[in-house]
Amino acid sequence: MFLKKLVIAGAALCLMKSAAFAADCGPSGQSIRILASDFPAIHAVAGTAEENCSAGASEFTRNHTTEARQIMNAALTPNPSEYTSVIVANSTLTQLMNDGLVRPLNDLVEKHGSHLPKNLMITIDGNIMAVAFMANSQHLFSRKDVLAKAGVNEIPGTYNEMITAAKAIREAGIMEHPIVMNMKTGWNVGESFNLVFLAHGGEFFKAGTAEPSVNSAAGVAALNTLRELVEYAHPDHLTQASNETQAIWEAGEAALGIMWGSRGAPILDDEGSSAEVTSNTVLSSAPSVEPGGIPGATLWWDGFTISKNVSDAEAEATFAALASALNSDMVAAHNDEAVWLLDGFKPGAAAAGVSATAQGGAAPYPMLPQIGLLHNALGSELSDFLKGEESAEKALADVEAAYVTAAKEAGFLQ
Amino acid sequence: MKHRAFFWFILPTLAAMTLFIALPIVSVFVQSLYVQHEQVLVISENCGPFGCKQSTSVDIAATEKLREEAPLGQFNGFGTYSNRSHLAFAEVGAAWATSDTIDAFWDEVVNLPFYGALTFTLTYTAAVTPLVLLLGLAIAIGVNSLPSILKGPSIFVSLLPFLVTPLVGSLILFWMVDSDGVIGAIIQLIFDDPNLSLKASAALTWTMLILYGVWHTLPFSFIVFYAGLQTVPLETLEAAQVDGATKWQRTIYVVVPHLVPLISFVTLMLLMDNFRVFEPIVSFSAEAHARSLSWIIFNDLRESGNPLYGSAGATSMLTILGVVFLLTPVLIRTWRDFKGAGR
Repeated sequence: MFLKKLVIAGAALCLMKSAAFAADCGPSGQSIRILASDFPAIHAVAGTAEENCSAGASEFTRNHTTEARQIMNAALTPNPSEYTSVIVANSTLTQLMNDGLVRPLNDLVEKHGSHLPKNLMITIDGNIMAVAFMANSQHLFSRKDVLAKAGVNEIPGTYNEMITAAKAIREAGIMEHPIVMNMKTGWNVGESFNLVFLAHGGEFFKAGTAEPSVNSAAGVAALNTLRELVEYAHPDHLTQASNETQAIWEAGEAALGIMWGSRGAPILDDEGSSAEVTSNTVLSSAPSVEPGGIPGATLWWDGFTISKNVSDAEAEATFAALASALNSDMVAAHNDEAVWLLDGFKPGAAAAGVSATAQGGAAPYPMLPQIGLLHNALGSELSDFLKGEESAEKALADVEAAYVTAAKEAGFLQ
Repeated sequence: MKHRAFFWFILPTLAAMTLFIALPIVSVFVQSLYVQHEQVLVISENCGPFGCKQSTSVDIAATEKLREEAPLGQFNGFGTYSNRSHLAFAEVGAAWATSDTIDAFWDEVVNLPFYGALTFTLTYTAAVTPLVLLLGLAIAIGVNSLPSILKGPSIFVSLLPFLVTPLVGSLILFWMVDSDGVIGAIIQLIFDDPNLSLKASAALTWTMLILYGVWHTLPFSFIVFYAGLQTVPLETLEAAQVDGATKWQRTIYVVVPHLVPLISFVTLMLLMDNFRVFEPIVSFSAEAHARSLSWIIFNDLRESGNPLYGSAGATSMLTILGVVFLLTPVLIRTWRDFKGAGR
């Protein structure tokens, strides 16, 4: 018996070793140091890279932290920098690029990334600056049982249908506050505005400049839609972000939600909620203004970058390790943790909303160097309107004034 | 003490204070006078999983060159101080010119980020400081008159709020006042209004923050006053008693005058602490209704992904000025007491 176990263990070890040898890890004996945010899909990618390539590296460290965005510029500025790679998203890549802290990857992709689909290369002016591997976006979550009880037989496709359905639920006496949205003052409320603004066909800046253009017909329309929606949201909505809205949903206290696609899998799993909620939750495209219009969502990708201030050998080893993780085996092992953009992904129920939103033609979150400043201005100036203390025009004028002040200081406007 | 001896005695403290207090303040001041260089923007084709688009990005080489020539940025003088995010002279002037009533003018002014935050910060300071002073003194006198067997436990219990980390303490209270939390649900029950929410009303949010501030800083004034009470001369108290003074009269005419230097000290500390109120705003997610000067600094440095050092520096300098302004009366009083004692 003991012998049998030993043989199996030995065989398993051989298999693991052969897997490690099979992966292309670039130059050996290098130090690989990854900074990334902290959610399961990112752990899957960085963890697979570590399994594949830590044997050949002199050092392999991963720092998963929700504060990644706050520390990455400081960590990458010294030479040699603290990390050889940062795993970023649309908005955070511009933050690194604004300071010139990441290197073009064209030669590394040629050498170690031939298996990666071409459309995953984030290319700016011909330079590949990051390699994407997963997508995310906001979309609609609905409780079909509650909708049916209120006499609504179709999943809402537009904002008006969503508001009508919420009204029906309230009038049927089922829920007083059927809608949940991430409206917490700050980044979240700014992002919620962005969704509706894009659905109304808004443009954030005058083309080719850093001049804001949110105080427009689309901006006013977006704010009015937003206020009609939060009319049916809990009075505390200005304090609610993803964790709170997910909890409200799992507690069965909401029937229509605009939440992140990455919350789909945790909501649909059997933890933290009842079967009544999970079996009746439907994930669908983010609502649009007109039927078949642009879905009110921003598409996001997550991907990896390689630091500029590290040796070429370290950069190559890091790239090869991370590229080796982006394969169908990793996707198969972690299929439901993300909407993977890689071969072998089988979209499950949790991915339905993001897929539908992307197919409906939602816009990607703008990758502009000054978008962070505008987003921050939206986040801090819109709450006066949502509290009912200001007109839409005044709130948007405040946003533009706050943005212009910050953009002048940051050098985007003169 | 001879001047020479005094100099050597004070030197380490002086050096540390220069290094860790004076120089950083000078550095913050210098940074607040500068803004970043012009970002050289280029239009390029930007491709990813969701298609290609023409968009702008920063020309790193050109911007880097500007930065190397002048690492501090462009000199802006007091421009940052007077812009809309700070003293907003132009905006206040325009509000004065266009609004018909004082109310309308005031609405316009507190809508500006700096004045809005200053209003909350001053209200918070003005409410919390006297409450903490009075309640702290009352609790100290109360505990002091307890039988000695009860003193130890009651001191321990009174100190508890101080032992809780501010961020954690306010987060716990935040969950309790949630409409599903114990306090929130009870309040809804009392007022028979299922939609009543402490977090959705500005007035209730301010009250909650002030009550939290009192709860959290009370132990500090309590323990200082309690220590002070141990030094009240018994002879004077007994003499007053012999003269027929009531307990109340003894407290007002003997105990409180004896504690005056301590009251000045506690007032100083409380004013400084309360003027930089910050943690409860973050943990109560109260940004929609209440922002303080420290919160503005935090927001400038952290939220935009592109830290606005000049703006944060200017707000810091204005905060320091505010603290100095508030402390001046107390400092003058302390100085007079000191001169009086020397005579």
